Amino acid sequence: MNATYSSGKKLKRIRRNWQLYLLFSLPLLYVMLFHYYPMYGAQIAFKDFNAVQGIWGSDWVGLKHFKQFVESYEFWRVLRNTLLLSVYSLVVGFPFPIILALGLNYASHVFFKRSVQMITYAPHFISVVVIVGIMFQLLDPRLGVVNRIGEALGFEAVNMMAKPEWFKSLYVFSDVWQNVGFACIIYLAALSGIDPAQHEAAIMDGASIPKRMWHIDLPGIMPVAVIIFILGMGGIMSTGFEKVLLMQNPLNIRTSEVIDTYVYKVGLVSAMPNYSYSTAIGLFKSVVGLLLLLGVNGFARKINQESLW
Amino acid sequence: MGKGKKGSHLAHSRSDKVFLFINYAILSLFTLSVLYPLIYVLSASFSSTEAIMQGKVWLLPVQPTLDGYKAVFEYKYIGIGFGNSLIYAVAGTALNVVLTILAAYPLSRPDFDGRKAFMLLFVFATMFSGGLIPSYMLVKDLSLLNTYWALIIPGGLSIWNAIMMRTYFKTTIPGEMLEAAQIDGCSDVKYLLRIVLPLSGPIIAVVALFCAVGFWNQYFSAAIYLSDKNLFPLQLIMRDILIQNEIDMSMLSNVEEVVKRNGLRELLKYALIVIASAPVLIIYPFVQKHFVKGIMIGSLKG
Repeated sequence: MNATYSSGKKLKRIRRNWQLYLLFSLPLLYVMLFHYYPMYGAQIAFKDFNAVQGIWGSDWVGLKHFKQFVESYEFWRVLRNTLLLSVYSLVVGFPFPIILALGLNYASHVFFKRSVQMITYAPHFISVVVIVGIMFQLLDPRLGVVNRIGEALGFEAVNMMAKPEWFKSLYVFSDVWQNVGFACIIYLAALSGIDPAQHEAAIMDGASIPKRMWHIDLPGIMPVAVIIFILGMGGIMSTGFEKVLLMQNPLNIRTSEVIDTYVYKVGLVSAMPNYSYSTAIGLFKSVVGLLLLLGVNGFARKINQESLW
Repeated sequence: MGKGKKGSHLAHSRSDKVFLFINYAILSLFTLSVLYPLIYVLSASFSSTEAIMQGKVWLLPVQPTLDGYKAVFEYKYIGIGFGNSLIYAVAGTALNVVLTILAAYPLSRPDFDGRKAFMLLFVFATMFSGGLIPSYMLVKDLSLLNTYWALIIPGGLSIWNAIMMRTYFKTTIPGEMLEAAQIDGCSDVKYLLRIVLPLSGPIIAVVALFCAVGFWNQYFSAAIYLSDKNLFPLQLIMRDILIQNEIDMSMLSNVEEVVKRNGLRELLKYALIVIASAPVLIIYPFVQKHFVKGIMIGSLKG
């Protein structure tokens, strides 16, 4: 009785809100088409795709492409580069915005604080093409200002953009340069949410600034930091693909080939593009990424009561 | 952000004073290191070819000229790319803002049945993707390859922006207003247009800024979806010039000497970097206050 009553009420409400469903239909259609249809299309990872038979009609081959990838010579190299680059990015990129936010929080000079924020946000809005372009210009072995400074200090000029051993550091630190200011916004927001009474009480007790940072500010931003870290772990299989691709050249390919760039080359650049094989590698990446995200999230929820949802 | 709290007017102990001094010093140093590459590029773009080739530029322009900018304006595809990028950014942002509002508003309504399932559907789409090839095949099957639409439609909705906007609607627009409007017989569409949107200027500005920057800066979709150079956005033209060093010198005024020609090549790159980044760098400070707030609201779970 009760159930039919409430479902009748629900139906009535849905009828009354028909305009909301109408509004929502367009974005829903969009998400179904551009997010979920490609997931349906990803089944070609288990097939030998050919254009004549299409996605549905091509023959099933099971895990053939996955096996081929895992057993291939490229597998370990590409996986290793991807993981090293991501972990390096996370380890270096994670603390910087927190440190910047903690420091800015004690810069009480308003104009100074505003200027620092405005300047450090700027690189975030510059395109990857320009960022990598600037790197090429500044790091040029002959004309670049970095090597000229190095030479003035007695170092020998190095063509860093062409050295495999430089690739990861250049990638990570240019990323810090570009994003640290913007990434610190969210921590500043968390810091401004801390109750000032806590600081006042601490000052009364004679706590120094570093002590207050450690005992009040850091715990205050911890929930946000944990969430950012979880998201970072979830993205560990996907590197900043567009930037890697731009920084890549035949000389540094040994350390710069990551899963995403490999997928792109196998699927779209190669003279004999292999859609199924490329999709399988991409799917392998997506699944591992999702499992990592869920795993880290579950772990964080267990020990910290902090999670994405 | 909080102004003047944290006891800034209280007397600091001596060790705290030292700490604050070091803090200011480190922040200044850091800010200068972020700023230096940008200033260097700007200065180099106004310097002379000789100064560039002899490595004389360190901080300020040396023998200031506008040769680099002249070269940029003479280079045919840069103008075309700039125009195309404007089209992509304006059309893409318009579509994106509309779709974001259409998605965000119903999801913000507590009486919108099925919103939890829809949210799950949206959030899952941000965590898992079919991958590069299936997306490419879709664009191909829709016969969008090598058309303007290929760069506009696939980026038509950013789910994160929709979630951020939904939270904004939920937290800033009081529910009583809807009840009052409904009693007066106001329809949902009318309520959205007349009440919700006029109250949501800041969040719309933020979403528009993020979208416009995204469209202006994208190069990869253009690289895979377009082959006609007349459709290329500026970023793709720039990739050829800055990264692949493919510069068609025949498009530049005749320079005989090799050294000068090489210098002009470099100068062109610096000026191009400045011209391509200027529009975005000029706009964002105006929206800065809003996006800081937008990110704060977006970071709320709700």
